[in-house]
Amino acid sequence: MSGEKVIMVDGLTKRFGAFTAVDAISFEVNKGEIFGFLGANGAGKTTAMRMLCGLSMPTSGKARVAGYDVYQENEKIKRNIGYMSQKFSLYEDLTVKENIRFYAGIYGKSDHFIKEKTAVILKQLFLEKEANKLVGSLPPGWKQKLAFSVAIFHEPQIVFLDEPTGGVDPVTRREFWKMIYEAAEAGITVFVTTHYMDEAEYCSRVCIMVDGRIDALDTPQALKKSFNTASMDDVFIKLARKAVRTGD
Amino acid sequence: MQAITLNNIEKKYGSKKSTVQALRGISFEVDKGEIFGIIGPDGAGKTSLFRILTTLLLPDNGTATVDGFDVVKDYKIIRRRVGYMPGRFSLYQDLTVGENMNFFATIFNTSIEENYGLVKEIYSQIEPFRDRRAGKLSGGMKQKLALSCALIHRPSVLFLDEPTTGVDAVSRKEFWDMLKRLKEQGITILVSTPYMDEAAMCDRVALVQAGSIMSINSPAGIIREFTNPLLAVKADNMLHLLNDLNKYEGQADSYPFGEYHHVVMKEKGLENDLENYLQKKAHQNLEVKAATPGIEDCFIHLMKKE
Repeated sequence: MSGEKVIMVDGLTKRFGAFTAVDAISFEVNKGEIFGFLGANGAGKTTAMRMLCGLSMPTSGKARVAGYDVYQENEKIKRNIGYMSQKFSLYEDLTVKENIRFYAGIYGKSDHFIKEKTAVILKQLFLEKEANKLVGSLPPGWKQKLAFSVAIFHEPQIVFLDEPTGGVDPVTRREFWKMIYEAAEAGITVFVTTHYMDEAEYCSRVCIMVDGRIDALDTPQALKKSFNTASMDDVFIKLARKAVRTGD
Repeated sequence: MQAITLNNIEKKYGSKKSTVQALRGISFEVDKGEIFGIIGPDGAGKTSLFRILTTLLLPDNGTATVDGFDVVKDYKIIRRRVGYMPGRFSLYQDLTVGENMNFFATIFNTSIEENYGLVKEIYSQIEPFRDRRAGKLSGGMKQKLALSCALIHRPSVLFLDEPTTGVDAVSRKEFWDMLKRLKEQGITILVSTPYMDEAAMCDRVALVQAGSIMSINSPAGIIREFTNPLLAVKADNMLHLLNDLNKYEGQADSYPFGEYHHVVMKEKGLENDLENYLQKKAHQNLEVKAATPGIEDCFIHLMKKE
């Protein structure tokens, strides 16, 4: 692995009272990588992700995201990343165009930039006819693809995806992953969590959290080899069964 | 007698301006003691179907019975006989675990003690937290409490709407093990899921998409219906590989599938031809091999056929 590191994490820890949600994790993510972030419910994924997005102050440890320090420069981090999750992505009662306009505006993009890029995206997604329809009226799969385009509209260095494909049909799920591949090829680093183990296989490298710590980090191929299993599903189950913590 | 029957059930939502056809004439039957899976993505109509069968929603058209009773006329009888675990956690958040259990037992004129044997395996895992409020439980524990409450009156038919959504792979496996043991007690289970791999745990499944059933069969039967040859292909650059596969004439469909891309071939015997084609495109570390289709391959195939 060579090249630029866009995420550098060293001993990052978050405690809530006596509870250590994230326990001294360390890793690096390369530019243009698709980095899979896995773990059972309650393993600490969301807490770790919130710290990396500049939304939650770490208790201790170091982290730099997109070149900025999570303690001192968290506002700069927010401007240089994109974020989408299954639970919240777009405003259902705004139209397709209004959603794009709204998010691009938040990131301070110029009217000219927004206008040109909106046209490109609507075409890519075959949504030209739906531009003035409410997002709430779109099929769920279309919404997810639009949400991803909106999350990378401002051309961030990194995009964080929190279970982006939950409940999405298998055809759309794959179209979604093709968009992820294309974003990565265009140089956007992708940091993604998922419960679908086949999707773990699409990642350049996968990190598995157990009880707040990183128990495994490597390419899917190397993980399967070192755990002597045929699928990522088995790797995950072998690791997650060791967990002491339960729940969210 | 069938535990569940549906005959041409239709349901529409919305106004004149914009209507959503949630169910487009659904018909099937579920045998007593069967685990029957409704497999489909968000928006397929799974929840509408569950709400009609549990008498919480009226169909626009068609008829349905549960345990021999009509879902419209005999709704009161059905409500006494079925257990329902909705997709969204619907217990009382400000009652404790024990209070929720007692509440549901009392509504059905029974007690925890009377049916303890049925829920023991599940309930015993959350019983140590009997005095904790339901709202303070973790996702996995909420799921176990909801299942215990749905079972406390010993229903003959159990309706589980997406019980494993958002649940990690380990907890999902444990949940399905529990369902198998409930089946052994003679309870009929209708369960929905967006996870295709869970189809294998059911006796029979219906694959649903956009309000219609695409196929009903045993998991093995559904896979037998997939007759095209299927290949698994990988190389160093998976995105370029996929783009090249989509341009290959002998393929009917190509899509990512875990470590490999799956390629549905139009006919047999084209393996070498495909390999030569890809080699000309200069793919590194190319591997082409035969693959066995799974439920997800069948689902994709059926969806694209529509």
